[in-house]
Amino acid sequence: MTIDFGDIVSALVLTLELASVTTLVLLAIGTPLAWWLARSNTLASDIVATLVALPLVLPPTVLGFYLLIALGPAGLGSLVGVRSLAFSFEGLVAGSVVYSLPFVVQPIRNAFQAIGERPLEVAATLRASPLDRFFTVAVPLARNGFLTGAVLGFAHTVGEFGVVLMIGGNIPGETRVLSIAIFDYVEQLRFAEAHLVAGGMLIFSFLVILAMSRIGRRFGETLP
Amino acid sequence: MSGGVGNPADGDRDRRPGREGLDIALCGMRGSFWIEAAFSAPARGVTALFGPSGSGKTSILRAIAGLERLEGHVRAGETIWQDEGRFVATHRRAVGYVFQEASLFAHLGVEENLLYGARRSPGGVDAAMRREVADLLGLDHLKSRSVADLSGGERQRVAIGRAILSRPRVMLMDEPLSGLDNRAKGEILPFIERLAGALDLPILYVSHDIAEIERLADRIVLVEAGRVRASGPLNQALTDIGLGFVRHPHAASVLTARVTAFSPEDGLAELDLCGQSVFVDGSGPQEIGLERRLRIEASDVSLSRGPLAQSTILNTLRVEIVAIEPAGRANLAILLALEGTGDFTFMAKVTRRSAERLALCPGDRLFAQIKSVSLATSPVP
Repeated sequence: MTIDFGDIVSALVLTLELASVTTLVLLAIGTPLAWWLARSNTLASDIVATLVALPLVLPPTVLGFYLLIALGPAGLGSLVGVRSLAFSFEGLVAGSVVYSLPFVVQPIRNAFQAIGERPLEVAATLRASPLDRFFTVAVPLARNGFLTGAVLGFAHTVGEFGVVLMIGGNIPGETRVLSIAIFDYVEQLRFAEAHLVAGGMLIFSFLVILAMSRIGRRFGETLP
Repeated sequence: MSGGVGNPADGDRDRRPGREGLDIALCGMRGSFWIEAAFSAPARGVTALFGPSGSGKTSILRAIAGLERLEGHVRAGETIWQDEGRFVATHRRAVGYVFQEASLFAHLGVEENLLYGARRSPGGVDAAMRREVADLLGLDHLKSRSVADLSGGERQRVAIGRAILSRPRVMLMDEPLSGLDNRAKGEILPFIERLAGALDLPILYVSHDIAEIERLADRIVLVEAGRVRASGPLNQALTDIGLGFVRHPHAASVLTARVTAFSPEDGLAELDLCGQSVFVDGSGPQEIGLERRLRIEASDVSLSRGPLAQSTILNTLRVEIVAIEPAGRANLAILLALEGTGDFTFMAKVTRRSAERLALCPGDRLFAQIKSVSLATSPVP
């Protein structure tokens, strides 16, 4: 049996694309969210924090089911003028963002909390406006959290399966990511391809977790 | 440091104390007690906020900086930072704030820390001013080092320099030495003394350590349980029997004297204290004409009806008793004025028995003896 590399490469490219876009969206949404959660202590923030954490415990299929409804013709799709966001790349991004949100928000939120109030107060007495101190003090001091969040968000998106299956299906070049491809290969008894992709994912995951602990050690020391 | 460090706008204007200084009246609940503080600080010099830990000094300082919200008003020179309808955000108040712990930005180098505020101050900071601040605080050899490698005292010096370079109108210093050990304190105090002399702006200095205040302060605001109990010139407060400083075991008076002579043979400097001579250890800068701060500890002063002959005592001052107050069970505090002056007052602490033996009464003219070795002088900030 010959291995269809074109098939794998297409799934790989799509996966990397999805993970990259998702990570960028996650950082854009997650940063202000993490900032707010780190500094607010109200019932509203507790409720939002709980919502953000839900994907950690919900079965991906539950999440996928609701996302399918939300992205479908009766949901968000109609708002943006498309019949449906389901079974599209955009839909996958939306689903991945929700699914990986806790993995990005949590480390950034922890890093913001670890900074404490003092460096921001110091910056305020040195004439830095709130936005200025956010970008020149809070973000650099929380870089450890950003790195961790970005790597985890990326890796978790690469590894997702249930949600993608529910809302993305298996459209080559559009929604067929690596994790789906493996499932597909096994069903078709194409074990050579399955081995290749699964092995690659294994090595990737190993490297991610190794990188995480290196990040923690390397930057942990220089933080206050 | 005219026109250099400090707000340039302060340079040429006439300096009526009320207009250019700091004036505050703040009140509000903080923790378990009510803060109610109103005082003003002159346009230059160190005003110490003194009181026990937890008396609300830090809250008052934070409220002046806008870091905490209390009711009332805050005015720096002619700029109103807070009144009934207005609350200017911290970053728009030109305050230099030195926190208890140095709080340098861990992600920036020493130089970048120093320039953080300078880059954000209107008009910026030129090389000459950077030079001046670096010299004043001895920062040059620190600039190449990493923030993490600095000692506690060095960090605090960088933090002070960083605050000055943001060109504040008011310096607020919240127990800047309290996180340091005694050696580091001893190292950094001379820097702060020089700074206080050089800065052309009001400095509010929070401390619960009277020794720091005797060295640095020109005026003192006594804070107790959130309220201002008294405020006034340093020595006036120290010698105010009602304020209780005299009950402190190391109660002292702080006077200013001028160096009139230095004898290289035996190392003594002669100081003029309102027409009378005082001899002190001449180590340290003792140029003729220089003003020095003279600390006289009350328990180092003895009194006699006549001048002592054949004694090791070098300093005999002609004094007049202003008041006699109890200071503990066995002791009395005697408030003395140098003969012919009303306001050059200092304290002596003697036993009741001695006072009865000499039948001391207010108005008596006496001789006060002070051992030269017990006198400490320091620069006038």
